[in-house]
Amino acid sequence: MRQRLTPSGGVEGDPPIDIQLTRRLYRAMVFARTYDRKGTALQKQGRLATYAPFEGQEAAQIGAAAGLQPNDWVVATYRDAALMWAQGYPWELLFAGRTGDERGGSPPEHVPVMPPSITVGGHMVHAVGLAWAEKLNGTGRIALTSFGDGATSEGDFHEAMNFAAVYDIGCIFFCQNNGYAISLPREMQTRSTSIAEKAIAYGMPGVQVDGNDLFAVYEAVHDAAERARAGGGPTLIEAVTYRIGPHTTSDDPKRYRSDDEVSEWKRRDPLERVRIYLAERGAWDEEWQATIEAEAAAEIDRAIELAENMPPLGPGEILDAMFETLPPHLERQRAELLENLT
Amino acid sequence: MKVLTIARALNEALDVALEKDAQVMLLGEDVGRTGGVFRVTDGLQERHGAGRVVDTPVAESGIVGVAFGLAVGGMRPVAEMQFMGFSYPAFDQVINHVSRIRNRSRHRFTAPMVIRIPYGGGIGAAEHHSESAEAIYAHTPGLKVVVPATPYDAKGLLLAAINDPDPVVFCEPIRLYRSVKEEVPDGWYEVPIGEARVERTGEDITLITWGAMTTEVRGAATALEAEGVSVEVIDLRSLVPLDTDTIEASVEKTGRVVIVHEAPKTAGFGAEVAALIAERCLYSLEAPVRRVTGWDSVFPLKRSEHQYLPSVERIVRAARQTLET
Repeated sequence: MRQRLTPSGGVEGDPPIDIQLTRRLYRAMVFARTYDRKGTALQKQGRLATYAPFEGQEAAQIGAAAGLQPNDWVVATYRDAALMWAQGYPWELLFAGRTGDERGGSPPEHVPVMPPSITVGGHMVHAVGLAWAEKLNGTGRIALTSFGDGATSEGDFHEAMNFAAVYDIGCIFFCQNNGYAISLPREMQTRSTSIAEKAIAYGMPGVQVDGNDLFAVYEAVHDAAERARAGGGPTLIEAVTYRIGPHTTSDDPKRYRSDDEVSEWKRRDPLERVRIYLAERGAWDEEWQATIEAEAAAEIDRAIELAENMPPLGPGEILDAMFETLPPHLERQRAELLENLT
Repeated sequence: MKVLTIARALNEALDVALEKDAQVMLLGEDVGRTGGVFRVTDGLQERHGAGRVVDTPVAESGIVGVAFGLAVGGMRPVAEMQFMGFSYPAFDQVINHVSRIRNRSRHRFTAPMVIRIPYGGGIGAAEHHSESAEAIYAHTPGLKVVVPATPYDAKGLLLAAINDPDPVVFCEPIRLYRSVKEEVPDGWYEVPIGEARVERTGEDITLITWGAMTTEVRGAATALEAEGVSVEVIDLRSLVPLDTDTIEASVEKTGRVVIVHEAPKTAGFGAEVAALIAERCLYSLEAPVRRVTGWDSVFPLKRSEHQYLPSVERIVRAARQTLET
């Protein structure tokens, strides 16, 4: 497992990014954690539908996005809000999706991020198709698809990896192995020693990195992205991390894992090691921490307000995006729907 | 104009589309080097290159899912499933992604793509090679479902499907691929999706069908006319959207309807047509609506196909019963 930044903040070799960028990414991780904790809190207040927290996976998600170009595609899951945001998806739309509004799935025109996949594993082939389209059109853009350890048991993981390798498609398969697929531990998911080693069977490189290590994740994704952009084809990256919270707000992880295990992973916190690294170089202090936490809180509060103040879809609008033009049978159903709402 | 089979007409449509639109590409198992299991894509890889007519790994879900990504990325993919029974591994992609991306992104992302699926029996094929599952696709919100029955419609509907801003499931009746021939115009033309074709007009009874069963219905109509019955035949061509106006106008005129399809009876698309008639023109009916369909059985193997497939005789018998009521 490749590691560049140790839990105590020590760095192996030259850091892959400079202090300024490290500070920016640390700040982004603070924003991500603020969003995530707010998400759980709001769900408990009944203001959001089921929420899938990602605490513990911030370095994996922020580091992955940092390794991409701003116009590279991201095709991710319901636990990837930080990754999606880092690639341009607005917080308020991420919240809107969780309040139960389809418009949360509609990012602005320039944002190259698909709405999060809710089914497990079916979205990886989409990233392959997107990256293929970019390759055919010669744009230099690539795609990264993010998924969990559980998704690697889905048939579509195999089909996506195989397609991408056969056609040398610039797609990065970014697995956040967070230890559990709801309750099933990684060891029961596959007999493979690592998820990264599955790449060998497809004829593509596989890399296992410490997913709580911002530098290692950044570097792995950056290298894979540049290789893909140069026509070198796909890469599988396994970021070994841990989901500190439950699968979603509707399960109790105490039923399938020990408190000791969670405490152990909390000691490998992805933010803390960057904080120590920055502090040791005079690039972090309490005052800056307080400033960015306040900025994050304000930004996230603003996003919640925007999402919650969005009026719900108007009468009949649930039918309006089924097709580009409403066919006659839906016109009739729309009229019937409106009649029943009045 | 040339006289073409349905298979050739489809080939021409794909050729014209590949020629005209650089974003069009074909994907499927064996579509390139061998021109597809039914030779519908014969010669297209040679003419347009292996980058646009792509032989894929044997992976239906991957074909449809990758085509979906291509479509969202601005391409116009036409994916081929080898047989309807082989399209089921891709159904998760169709129902969970292809059919709903426009809605789940409120028009921000769309999937203008065509999934071509040869369907139906009567050629003594192996198990899983004779299915008629059009109703499953028609039941899936967000898809258009078309079923051509003539060479002219095959070409025009396929070009309309390729040009459509939404995903289209394009069902190709295997039995008719080479059994029907007619003159087909050169170049690009479209048959609008959502319009039925009235194959013959009549006053006494309406036979409604689509795709593979048009041949049997034609035979039944000819037999009935020899007995002095005036028969109207409607080939729906498009199941979603459905041309309810044409159905309604015909039922109001004849008052008697037999619906014919090859798929199993229960929850087949004929049930939808019958329900629409009940909702919209019940009082025009002179007799109960009858259905002549496949049975609710697994599609039988070669030696017993004749027990399953609706025949001219079954259709004629049902029509007579309807006329006598």
